[in-house]
Amino acid sequence: MTKRYALGIFEDEDVLLHAIENVRAAGVKIYDVFSPYPVHGIDDALGIERSRLPIAAFFYGLCGLSFALWMQIYMLGFDWPMIIGGKPHISLPSFIPVAFELTVLFCCHGMVITFYTISGLYPRMKVPVMDVRSTDDKFVMAIELKEGTDMGNLTQLLRSNGASEVNEKEMTKE
Amino acid sequence: MAIGLIMSAMNIGGHHEVAGAAHGAGQGASAHGSEHAPIWLRRLFASLWQSNVFFLGISAVGTVFVAIHTVAYAGWSIMVRRIAEAFSAWILPGGVILLLVFFASGHNLFHWRTEGIMEPGSANYDAIIAGKAGFLNIGFYVGRMVAFIAIWWFFSKRLRDLSLQEDQLGGTGFWDKSINVSAMFLVLYAVTSSISAWDWVMSIDTHWFSTMFGWYVFASWWVSGIAGILLTAIYLKQAGYLRFLNANHLHDLGKLMFGFSIFWTYVWFSQFMLIWYANLPEEAVYFNQRLGGFDGKYTWLFFFNLIINFAFPFLVLMTRDAKRQIIMLKIVATAVLIGHWLDFYMMIMPGTLQGDSGFIIEIGTGLVFLGGFLLLMTKRLSQASLVPVNHPFVEESVHHTT
Repeated sequence: MTKRYALGIFEDEDVLLHAIENVRAAGVKIYDVFSPYPVHGIDDALGIERSRLPIAAFFYGLCGLSFALWMQIYMLGFDWPMIIGGKPHISLPSFIPVAFELTVLFCCHGMVITFYTISGLYPRMKVPVMDVRSTDDKFVMAIELKEGTDMGNLTQLLRSNGASEVNEKEMTKE
Repeated sequence: MAIGLIMSAMNIGGHHEVAGAAHGAGQGASAHGSEHAPIWLRRLFASLWQSNVFFLGISAVGTVFVAIHTVAYAGWSIMVRRIAEAFSAWILPGGVILLLVFFASGHNLFHWRTEGIMEPGSANYDAIIAGKAGFLNIGFYVGRMVAFIAIWWFFSKRLRDLSLQEDQLGGTGFWDKSINVSAMFLVLYAVTSSISAWDWVMSIDTHWFSTMFGWYVFASWWVSGIAGILLTAIYLKQAGYLRFLNANHLHDLGKLMFGFSIFWTYVWFSQFMLIWYANLPEEAVYFNQRLGGFDGKYTWLFFFNLIINFAFPFLVLMTRDAKRQIIMLKIVATAVLIGHWLDFYMMIMPGTLQGDSGFIIEIGTGLVFLGGFLLLMTKRLSQASLVPVNHPFVEESVHHTT
């Protein structure tokens, strides 16, 4: 599937942040913004909702905790009881370190896997680059060109908000 | 600020009466104690010591907070720097009270000060305690105490003075200097906080020792200090001061409080689990007393301590939204302060009073100390601009986002 994008190239992050606000205020939908480094406040300016990943993380952690406690209580309490240091078979304080570690393990792996899944990332994925300079010193604002979009107006809008150049690019996605 | 002063003055007045009434009640209850002072007096000494060590620690933590953020080149915390600086107003009076209580209490507080305990042949002779005579003797002990207070006081004053001069004259020179001062202070504080924990708290249970104890006491002081800074910041914000303080600063302070509550638990558990697992009588006695000793007097407190200092802040402050809401932070910071005051109660009371401790005198004394602390702290807070206006990072702090 081939899509066409208008690319506004910006030199400065402050100019970019204001441009994002103005472009959105003008009713134009921004496809994405590419920057060489994370820009403070850009999530708010783009109106990106906060990720719900922490909620998932909490439940992964809960799973890990329950699994660790179940595993130790079942193994050491019922399946193969052993006397260790004269303590009762099921003695909670000695289970805490393993419970903690498994909570962290489940939480981290769950988060990474969830993040990759919802972001559509996978190993050896080919990432289309809108403009290679966005990996160096330029900020690139991409706006999808639908049929009937007036490129002239868009160029005017981006220019007046500080874009140093406006290009058009076709991207092919599998 | 005037309101704060009046409020804390009222605090002191009101709670002197409470404490006074409590002392009266305690006096009536004093029954035995031929060797020791009457119970009410021992309770008074123990509670004075407990509240003083707690507030003195919080006071020093104010300077530690400033010093850490200075050496780390942290910009966001400039908004609350003056609050942390003001905390150190209590170091000197707290230190003086510490010395006075130490001399007044005699062996009522510290078993190792019992007459003849280190002299072979005496009826009170204790070979183990005598073996610690090189460290636990009055001269060295008091010398350390004075030195620690002097070090904390000197560096607090130095950092405060540099910051005040910066307000007047501007420029980055004062900040450069305060980096060196902070670095020196942090090295000294690392040693002195640890030794003061052994001296002031651990030597109460003279036979017992724990290598985790310095960290444990520090963690308790540190998280209480952060909760105190947070509460003061919220109070000032709601009273209309600190206009540039916003949810982002509170969020970061909330994160620190959340994180260090977990850190305290980690240290607490590391100490508990090793002692529990090894089960050596000379070590386990400490937790024996607290878990089931004295007819289970401290059992509920032992578990309540974990709930209020770990489970409560951990579960409540876990989400981002909770850390950005003033009401949540207020509740948790208050709980953390009460919880760590109780934590010091747990450290000090079983060793000094065995089963004789109560809550009325102790809470009264705690409130008197709170009043005194607030009085001096708000006074110092009102003596300078609430924001160090010429600090090189003040602009960064105003625009802080998380």
